[in-house]
Amino acid sequence: MSLLGENIWINGLIIIFGSAVLVFIGGVFSMLYRGIDRKLVAHMQGRVGPPIVQPFRDVQKLMMKESIIPDGAVSWLFKAAPFICLITSALLLLYIPLFGLQALLGGFGDALLVVYLLILPSLSLAVGGFASSSPYATVGAQREMVALMSLEFPLAIAIVSLGWRIGRVTTADPFMFSTIAEHPIWSLVGPLGIVGALILLFTLMVVTSGKGAKVPFDAAEAETEIAGGILVEYSGRNLCLFYIADIIKTFAMASVVVALFIPYNLSPLIGIGTPVLAGIVDGLFFLVKVLAVMFIGISFIRTAMARFKISQVSWVYIIAMTLIGLVGLILIAVDLMV
Amino acid sequence: MIQEETKKATYNIPVGPIHPALKEPIRLALSVDGEEIVDADVFVGQVHRGIEWLGMNRNNPIQSIYIAERICGICNICHPFSFVMAVEHAAGITPPPRADYIRAITAEMERIHSHLLWAGVAAHEIGFDTVFYFTWRVREEIMDLIEYVTGNRVTKAMFQIGGVRRDITEEQLPRIRQSLDYYKSIYDKLEKVFLDDKTIRMRTMNVGILKKEDALKLLTCGPSGRASGVPKDVRQDQPYGAYADLGIKAMTPDMVTGTVVGDVYDRIIVRLLEVKQAVEIIEQCLENMPPGPILAQPKTAVLLKALTQAEGEGLGRAEAPRGEVFHYVRMEAGQSTLATWKVRAPTYVNLMSVPTILKGMQIADVPITFASLDPCMSCTNRVVITDRAISRRSVIDYEELHRLSVEKTKELPQ
Repeated sequence: MSLLGENIWINGLIIIFGSAVLVFIGGVFSMLYRGIDRKLVAHMQGRVGPPIVQPFRDVQKLMMKESIIPDGAVSWLFKAAPFICLITSALLLLYIPLFGLQALLGGFGDALLVVYLLILPSLSLAVGGFASSSPYATVGAQREMVALMSLEFPLAIAIVSLGWRIGRVTTADPFMFSTIAEHPIWSLVGPLGIVGALILLFTLMVVTSGKGAKVPFDAAEAETEIAGGILVEYSGRNLCLFYIADIIKTFAMASVVVALFIPYNLSPLIGIGTPVLAGIVDGLFFLVKVLAVMFIGISFIRTAMARFKISQVSWVYIIAMTLIGLVGLILIAVDLMV
Repeated sequence: MIQEETKKATYNIPVGPIHPALKEPIRLALSVDGEEIVDADVFVGQVHRGIEWLGMNRNNPIQSIYIAERICGICNICHPFSFVMAVEHAAGITPPPRADYIRAITAEMERIHSHLLWAGVAAHEIGFDTVFYFTWRVREEIMDLIEYVTGNRVTKAMFQIGGVRRDITEEQLPRIRQSLDYYKSIYDKLEKVFLDDKTIRMRTMNVGILKKEDALKLLTCGPSGRASGVPKDVRQDQPYGAYADLGIKAMTPDMVTGTVVGDVYDRIIVRLLEVKQAVEIIEQCLENMPPGPILAQPKTAVLLKALTQAEGEGLGRAEAPRGEVFHYVRMEAGQSTLATWKVRAPTYVNLMSVPTILKGMQIADVPITFASLDPCMSCTNRVVITDRAISRRSVIDYEELHRLSVEKTKELPQ
């Protein structure tokens, strides 16, 4: 009761309707961004590419298709996994500041919660893969689990280092997105620290690519190797739910990067006083920031690289990215001492 | 021994007959322990079309050329090439020198397009679609050139018994040189993309290793064999047509890296080197092309009569983009059709090395390793061993096959 404050009914209604509106708007923009990502990649590869609204058409088509459940599958788990995946992905949108506003449930969870929430979609993907009882899906699910565990190290290092540094200047919970927005890392540190923060940003970008399960980190789905891996047995509506969940998760991950490292708003800088106008400007600026993160973290990386083997994915995250992240942390720590 | 190893929780993954990694139907049965492959086996026979039977039942050998051309959509120069050489051998016809040169030019153009096609597919197999699109865009130039010279992009219909059907005229030379210059200008970029890219090296180095001993034992031919350090090339060892004048040298990876590993990376090197070599061969051919007729016997009716009267056996060997292709024909006097036609495509022997190169690899390596042999199923599937009388399939073991081969070799004309 205390969580919701005095006006439990009003706040409850705001949260319920706000969640619905936010998930809807977030979902629409996520899909648009997937369309933009595909178009950008196509242009970089010298292709025309699909129209930007292609993801909407994909969803429409998948919804009309038959959902087949393989004979050997654990039926209820097979059907439940896509829903869990979509719900947990959508939940992410409620805890991350979007469109220049505070996170809707920002008072109830911080960046660390988001880190844990980011695990759930991958976990339900793996559950769905194991439940479909296909050898390809089993291989894919095993790979997903390995990738998931490898990803956590660099992700945790990036977020914890940031929170630790911010915690040195404020008494508020340093992992709250609102605290991070009040004390942007760039304004806290000297030149060495800026280098360290850039390194952490780079780490987080590479993690974004892995969380989005795109080339070079798409070993779990690897079309030419295991024919779509986890998703090989999924079709129709179930596949559609995974598809939307993946799109939302990618958008959410890019928004996390924005919230952690580029928490600036445009309206105070150019001095717009009107709240409505400022909201529009900040919302658009947020979209530009997410676009930049997605372009570098997803589109560009997947254009420029070949798919890694799962052992290489693991190596990249557990050893290479973790070490790089630690270097960033050490630089920030040294910066604090000098 | 393998039984002992496979006892610990291995499971089977079938790859194929239909699988995104395979461009043509074939089945790979893999025993897997986690990600590692402990055992592999290959099953062919999914695209058997009875093409030899079709070719033997055409009205005459000239019509069979077009069947030979349709054995494979990619090697549709080397199959008719070696087929017409076999028929010419049997019937005692010698093509004029100019025809030999034109044949060599078309064969080398085919090699460029086939190797670039392969390079694109290989990039796609390791998930590098950008390089795939880039390579296939580069390949369009040679496809345009092929269309310009032969009139068709795919089935070129250039070959005729005793020569070729189209001449390369003086006016065509600038356009051909323009394409060759394009490839010379882009070659460095291709080499940089394929040999220097970090992720391509990560995925191809020390993957799918075929040692020289194994390559010799398994009779691996063509670029796959050369990548293992076996300098075998029909154009070098038993030059046919214009190749005798040109002095071809088999390409091996140590020309670039200094060592032979026999992995997928080495196979990329060999194929890139051969693209460069093919461009040089075409240039040499254009320079040295002698004037003269392009057909030994321009009148088809006269040629058909001579072919009907011909008696004997003929062999044709050519270096296809994938290795040595071998055609055997037997002709009987008074019979207008071929009495026997046997085709042995390079993939048939190259497939023998698949279990060897897959063992110990990861599942993720399967597509690129298998594709690195540049397998061509449509060329390979021509024989199904079934015994109709007792309605069961019989398997011929190694000793039996060896004995039959020795017997057959003794019968062959020396």
